[in-house]
Amino acid sequence: MNWHKIYALSLRHIYLIKGSFPRILDLIYWPTIQIFLWGFISKFFTLNSTYYENTVGIILSAAILYDFLFRSSISYNMMFLEEIWSRNFTNLFIAPIKISEIISALTFTAIFRTLIGLVPAAFLAIPLFGVSIFKIGLPLVFLLVSLYIFGVTLGLLVTSGLIRFGPSFENIAWASLFFLAPLGCIYYPIEILPDWLQSIAKLLPLVHLFEEMRSILIDNIVNYYAVLKACIISLVYFIIGIIVFYWSYNGAKLRGTLINMGE
Amino acid sequence: MKLEVKKLIKKFKSTIAVNKISFEIKKNDTLGLLGPNGCGKTTSIGMMLGLITPTEGEIFIDGIKLNSKNRIKLLSSMNFASPYIELPKKLTVKENLEVYARLYSVNNRTERIEELVEDLGLKKLLNKKTGELSSGQKNRVSLAKSLINKPKLLFLDEPTASLDPDIGDFVREYLEKYKNKNELTMLLASHNMGEVERLCNKIIMMKQGTIVDEGTCSELIDKHGRENLEDTFLKIARSKDELA
Repeated sequence: MNWHKIYALSLRHIYLIKGSFPRILDLIYWPTIQIFLWGFISKFFTLNSTYYENTVGIILSAAILYDFLFRSSISYNMMFLEEIWSRNFTNLFIAPIKISEIISALTFTAIFRTLIGLVPAAFLAIPLFGVSIFKIGLPLVFLLVSLYIFGVTLGLLVTSGLIRFGPSFENIAWASLFFLAPLGCIYYPIEILPDWLQSIAKLLPLVHLFEEMRSILIDNIVNYYAVLKACIISLVYFIIGIIVFYWSYNGAKLRGTLINMGE
Repeated sequence: MKLEVKKLIKKFKSTIAVNKISFEIKKNDTLGLLGPNGCGKTTSIGMMLGLITPTEGEIFIDGIKLNSKNRIKLLSSMNFASPYIELPKKLTVKENLEVYARLYSVNNRTERIEELVEDLGLKKLLNKKTGELSSGQKNRVSLAKSLINKPKLLFLDEPTASLDPDIGDFVREYLEKYKNKNELTMLLASHNMGEVERLCNKIIMMKQGTIVDEGTCSELIDKHGRENLEDTFLKIARSKDELA
């Protein structure tokens, strides 16, 4: 064993970490988010151990819906990242395509990728755990639509970052959704968050959607106003996402990053 | 298509990548864009493709100003090939060509793909994944993509870089033949002087973002008192200061 060589190999990775702030942030980010998420979950179950009594599958239903959001966003990002990884980016942007056509194509294609992953899982949960998200009924369609719009919006924001900052923004693509998990109140009611965080969380459609899901599954009450509110919030974010995308695209044209963008 | 570039400037923060360049390429002519690495060739091409917003200056294609309003319309008649950009590796050659034929709204897609496949000897590669091809094969596929829309204006950035002499010669010969049969104006950025002499009617020499000389190959060789274009290139590139 040559310790100099072992040190040299380690040094190669240390240089990589040292030279990239996003990488350092990425290393800190995941444990922090996990602690936040599980901290709130633990707090909730400590204070309300009987909350989910006799309501089998709420956590699993929440996990399936959250995964729907996760998949739609990641599908969107992945399709864009694949163009960068394959060095096809320039070819795409010199083709006579409008930005609105690129956004539309990514938005519509993301739904297929999402459904391919999610539908089998949702059906598998029925025989395996006796949990069916279809029990939510008609409101499920609205919940999914709203989650999809919000997922695609996150995808749009991340792809805007990729256009603006280049492939180094890739780590943010993976991290963006987990950032929202503690704030989205997916597995616990909003009351479990500190007051100041509640105000921020209410600005996200996730809180309203998952509150509604729990309300339907636990109390059998459908509040269409809350569902509509979540859809409107998602749409507002979607419009903001489109504006940011255009802004990033024009910025990239100014900085010249659209040509030769690759790994 | 006629290309006119007027007083084009591109600044990146305090760096001037392209400094007030002006030139024109007449319809069906081929212009060679030469210069050392980092002299602003790719940035200039990026601006002509509408990928980079110029700081100042204007680009006209067939008298129409290239701006965000006209970009899509003009891009339909233009295309670009470079070894530094690739097609999706996991798609087959046929799938890639079909996708781009659709993106360029090519009429008679199947016939156009068959025509290019036949001419560029891609028949046996059609169902192969693009990522599995050799660099010479990838280069021919990339050329097929760049001609899929029968462009009237074609930008080529080092089209034969990293190719063996045989395939390099095939590409040059194909471009010559294609140009004789079709209406095509070309801008060729290359470090291969033989290629430039063979394909270009006129040459522009760039250095540190500016045009330092221009003319036909023989004019430039005579003007600088050298025996060939390679020596002429070296003289111009090394004049005043050494390699950057």
